[in-house]
Amino acid sequence: MANPPLAMLAELTHRCPLSCPYCSNPTELLAKDTELSTDQWRDIFQQAADLGVLQLHLSGGEPASRTDIIELVVAAREAGLYTNLITSGIGLTPKRLEALDKAGLDHVQLSLQGVTAAMADRIGGYKGGFDRKMHVADHIARIGFPLTLNAVMHRANLDDLPATIDMALRLGARRIEIACVQFQGWALTNRSALQPSRAQVDAAKRVVKDAIERLKGDLVIDFVPPDYYSDFPKACMNGWGSTGLNVTPDGTVLPCHAAATIPHLTFEKATDRPLAEIWNDGPAFNAYRGTDWLPDLCQSCERRDIDFGGCRCQAMAVLGDASATDPVCRKSAGRAVLDNLLAQEETPTIDVPDYVYRKL
Amino acid sequence: MIHPSDIPTLPRGVRTHFDTVRKTDVLLGPERVLMLDQIGSAVLSRVDGAQSVSVISADLAAVYDAPQDVIEPDVIAYLQDLADKRLLDVRHG
Ligand code: SF4
Ligand code: SF4
Repeated sequence: MANPPLAMLAELTHRCPLSCPYCSNPTELLAKDTELSTDQWRDIFQQAADLGVLQLHLSGGEPASRTDIIELVVAAREAGLYTNLITSGIGLTPKRLEALDKAGLDHVQLSLQGVTAAMADRIGGYKGGFDRKMHVADHIARIGFPLTLNAVMHRANLDDLPATIDMALRLGARRIEIACVQFQGWALTNRSALQPSRAQVDAAKRVVKDAIERLKGDLVIDFVPPDYYSDFPKACMNGWGSTGLNVTPDGTVLPCHAAATIPHLTFEKATDRPLAEIWNDGPAFNAYRGTDWLPDLCQSCERRDIDFGGCRCQAMAVLGDASATDPVCRKSAGRAVLDNLLAQEETPTIDVPDYVYRKL
Repeated sequence: MIHPSDIPTLPRGVRTHFDTVRKTDVLLGPERVLMLDQIGSAVLSRVDGAQSVSVISADLAAVYDAPQDVIEPDVIAYLQDLADKRLLDVRHG
């Protein structure tokens, strides 16, 4: 039997008032009429807790687009789960925030599209969104929710990193997640427009290093570097089927949020089969669990148990082969493909294409 | 730096929990799960926002039958590490 998972990401809905061009939701978004009911989610939360999940991330889309978000938080806490709401803030009125407080919500993760209204509203594709978000942030602080600011960084806003960190402090966040766009979902469609330059990435790394030192004990900084500029891949999901799972709005259980991009995998629904069976025996979970399936290059590598060969969805997206070594790896033949892409996208002289905003 | 007279407390959003599947105490915080060993549980079960570090250390010294001046630096190091990760608040007593 596999080790039990620690965390579950519940994509409650794909609906969202924003339409960020880097959204990690799949390009085929699920419509409202496919979404699970309150009772179905309640049952899944309890099954997750029984299976060993400790932390639940309520996400989307925009989870506040669900009219039953308060009931869902109550259900999650009743199941004994540490409950985190990942939100753009849009749709969270002061009254709803107070109800979430009463429901026992543990933590709020607020996404940030930019530090000015002009930038944020352009990225989110939603006029007035930034002002509303700042208003929501005031109420989050007033109520006293622990707050993580989740700043997604890319070519257009990476130079604003110092101001982004200042904003986290100003909003009273305890933690900031500086996540450079990972090229999955809509972000893959918009890769050329979002790809930062090496100079931007190098500058960002210096800013992060200095801020971690300077703000120790005040602000926790978690930095996700853009992996196209790294030498070795990340241990995606801490290892496939080892730590976390993802449930989509219609109840499909995935080993990671992008796993559905791998065409030969078979996914099951939590409404059809017990979650524990899907986790332990599901074909998609067993496909890349552990290290036995790894190519020879990784089998003989000293980093085998550190990165597990990297991200399957990235190997799929860049090389068309989900069981290949992640092309980020300098040792892999696939790296040439990635370098070639970078060379084309990084040149400042080419015209940066317009964003393709996400839509149903 | 944490001093013996300081009073530690778990901030909102950080709590201990008994994991019934893994049969162990854990500390849960934003994007953090720490499995607690016996010492960690013993320290954190005494972090209540009222007792100072030295009171906690004296209590542990009595329970584990060890000198307080040996225990206290370990307790401080353990709590300091949590405070650096913002999983613990400290009031200067
Ligand atoms: S990334 Fe943007 S569009 Fe996607 S769910 Fe988050 S706020 Fe909505
Ligand atoms: S060869 Fe495989 S295991 Fe080694 S660093 Fe590259 S991806 Fe990781």
